[in-house]
Amino acid sequence: MTTLAGTGPLLRFALRRDRVLIPIWVAVNTLMVLSMPNTLESLYGTPADRADLLRQMETNVSLRALIGPVFDDSLGALTAWRVGVYAGALAAVTSLLIVVRHTRDEEESGRQELLASGMVGRRASLTAALLAAGVANAVLALLVTAGLAGQGAAGAVAFGLGLAGVGMVFATAAAVLAQLTESARLARGLTAAVLGAAFVLRAAGDSSTDAGSSALTWLSPLGWLENLRAFADERWWVLPLFAAAAVAQGGLAYGLAGRRDVGMSFLPTRPGPPTGRLGTASALAWRLQRGAVLGWSVGFFLAGVVYGGLTEGAADLVADNDKAREIFERMGGRSDLTDAFLASMIGMLGLIAALYIVSSVLRLHGEETSGRAEPVLANAVGRLRWAAGHLLTAFGGATLIMLLAGLGFAAGYGKEILPIMGACLVQLPAIWLVGGLAVLLYGTAPRLAPAAWGVAGAILLIGWIGPALDAPQAVLDLSPFGHLPKLPGGGMEWAPVLVLSAAAAALVAAGLAALRRRDLTT
Amino acid sequence: MTKAISVSGLHKSFGRAHALDGLDLEVETGEVHGFLGPNGAGKSTTIRVLLGLLRADSGAAQVLGRDPWTDAVEAHRRIAYVPGDVTLWRNLSGGEVIDLYGRLRGGLDPVRRADLIDRFELDPTKKGRTYSKGNRQKVALVAALASDVDLLILDEPTSGLDPLMEEVFQACVREERDRGRTILLSSHILSEVEELCDRVSIIRKGRTVETGSLADLRHLTRTSVTAELAHTPNGLARLPGVHDLDVRGKHVTLHVDTDKLDAVLRSLADSGVRSLRSTPPTLEELFLRHYQEARA
Repeated sequence: MTTLAGTGPLLRFALRRDRVLIPIWVAVNTLMVLSMPNTLESLYGTPADRADLLRQMETNVSLRALIGPVFDDSLGALTAWRVGVYAGALAAVTSLLIVVRHTRDEEESGRQELLASGMVGRRASLTAALLAAGVANAVLALLVTAGLAGQGAAGAVAFGLGLAGVGMVFATAAAVLAQLTESARLARGLTAAVLGAAFVLRAAGDSSTDAGSSALTWLSPLGWLENLRAFADERWWVLPLFAAAAVAQGGLAYGLAGRRDVGMSFLPTRPGPPTGRLGTASALAWRLQRGAVLGWSVGFFLAGVVYGGLTEGAADLVADNDKAREIFERMGGRSDLTDAFLASMIGMLGLIAALYIVSSVLRLHGEETSGRAEPVLANAVGRLRWAAGHLLTAFGGATLIMLLAGLGFAAGYGKEILPIMGACLVQLPAIWLVGGLAVLLYGTAPRLAPAAWGVAGAILLIGWIGPALDAPQAVLDLSPFGHLPKLPGGGMEWAPVLVLSAAAAALVAAGLAALRRRDLTT
Repeated sequence: MTKAISVSGLHKSFGRAHALDGLDLEVETGEVHGFLGPNGAGKSTTIRVLLGLLRADSGAAQVLGRDPWTDAVEAHRRIAYVPGDVTLWRNLSGGEVIDLYGRLRGGLDPVRRADLIDRFELDPTKKGRTYSKGNRQKVALVAALASDVDLLILDEPTSGLDPLMEEVFQACVREERDRGRTILLSSHILSEVEELCDRVSIIRKGRTVETGSLADLRHLTRTSVTAELAHTPNGLARLPGVHDLDVRGKHVTLHVDTDKLDAVLRSLADSGVRSLRSTPPTLEELFLRHYQEARA
């Protein structure tokens, strides 16, 4: 088969380029799954606890929509229930990133042209990309199966294969969409949208019935994973569905790939306006970031609505479980349980907003290293003016998304609008502080700027896992979020809020002063 | 006449690498100045210092009478810059970028903009990510040439253009000069520099090795002579300034220092000239001489 010539070297090349990406994604996913039996054991140690949980899930529609139905009270079945949808989604994201990275990304950058001129068949790069995703999913399946074998061999095999199955369905979906679009970003976005639709279909299906699976659930690959019923009398006949979908989509992708030119697509980019209205550096910054701000805004508002709507049900669920209640109280404060739940969920969104502010501040870094900043700064635009546009979007955008999260929470919960809005806004000084750190890193040592992601990740980890592990206060204090008053419910404390805000302002000022003095990197 | 660009003793190092090592550069107002040097000689570093993107370690630099580092924004109002490697934003059309750059400088002449888009055969509605290298360069060129500025700084602006577009570019540069604009043209396409530039500066390893008008530079170098003679020549090798002499019977080729040409022609005439070809040194020969001497 000459159309496949060169697949072997290309696959090795792809795996070499992904030698960091694949292990990290697979390790995170595996750890998430394998840590679950212990967590569940500590939360629902006795058969009575688990029977309670099962009974509540039958009536708790919103939690069923979020996580899915429970099929059995064994630890294995509970693990598959609790992480199944999310581990499946993570496998899907990993797969789509790998496939698009080695197909459309390569074509868009022009590297594919160089490869295609060598001894490489027309279908080799697509095959290598799918095989690379296959390797990642196979490793994930093996690790999960081995790690869960103690809960029941058959269930472990079924769950591992199910996760890999979801991964390959989305790998092949990404392969099809990468043929259709001209830009890799759009291919990733469309595949992620398909994943989102799969999640919504499954959620709608699961909430509509307490019998486990409605027709809607069956429309979603994530629903198939759930209906595989790992550790609960496995339905092996679901597995071929994954295989059939992957083969059908893969065949379509190959068919499309054989019918087009390198670099071309079936959905060409639409032309833009021949003249422009952009006239200032700030307008340019907003234009570059507005899509991201819009996406985060919608996401935060919807997350607010969902978690706000879950509040009462979740509080009920937790009320009977001492261990779970303790965790929420550590995250959200020792007060009324609904307040503690609200406070911990709002705190989580605050942590995630720190990721937004880092990504937004680092746009400066991206503009500089890509060489796009240079011609802008060669115009009558000072460095401060140029940076100000992006920083306004970063710091103002963080404020905006937290306000929208508050509105969402208030809408979902239906009362206590002002305390909820206050709780959302009180997160801002800590978010700004993370943004300030990113500005300082970028201004003083642009090469180290991506380390801001590491800082945000560590803070996220402390805020997320710290309370569940009952980490010592000294560790929790490392995160700026640890110093915030726990609202709603707790008392407002102005001192930490003001100190953190002032520190954030000082960091931004120091970063900008350094940016003015240093060489632009090229 | 004031100087558009005046640089002396410029030093800039990155870690242990000395990118600029005492560079001098003088560009008169209203001239097209060629800025020549091989890759890595420090052309782009110099330009970045002139644009205030890099801060020189030592030395003096003035652009349009201003300090490029402390007074960058005011200086940039009258400057348009075309980088050697143009990157555009994926989602902005070429037209949007042209207008943005124009507004961020001293403004844009809409008539000139339309004329340039037409002559460069640029489609301004395409998005940044879909342009080829040459077309990205055209976007930056149209934006620079249509801007209302006094100084154009062009860093290898034609490396992605085809020969037809190269002609359009040369015509545009001449028009700009006729309007009284100053142009600093960094290039290693020697024919382009020879065609366009009033004066050139040649740099090597961060230092200016030669500067002056092309006529000045030629005077310092050798003319190549090929002749067919009636008799075998005599005594050519003893004449001062003769190099690379090659006599095959009545066929002679040689190089001669241009200021010693007179004596060589007289000597040839004594042997009876049947045919004679004499070519002035090309910029390429000038250029190669500097670099080969450096390597030797």
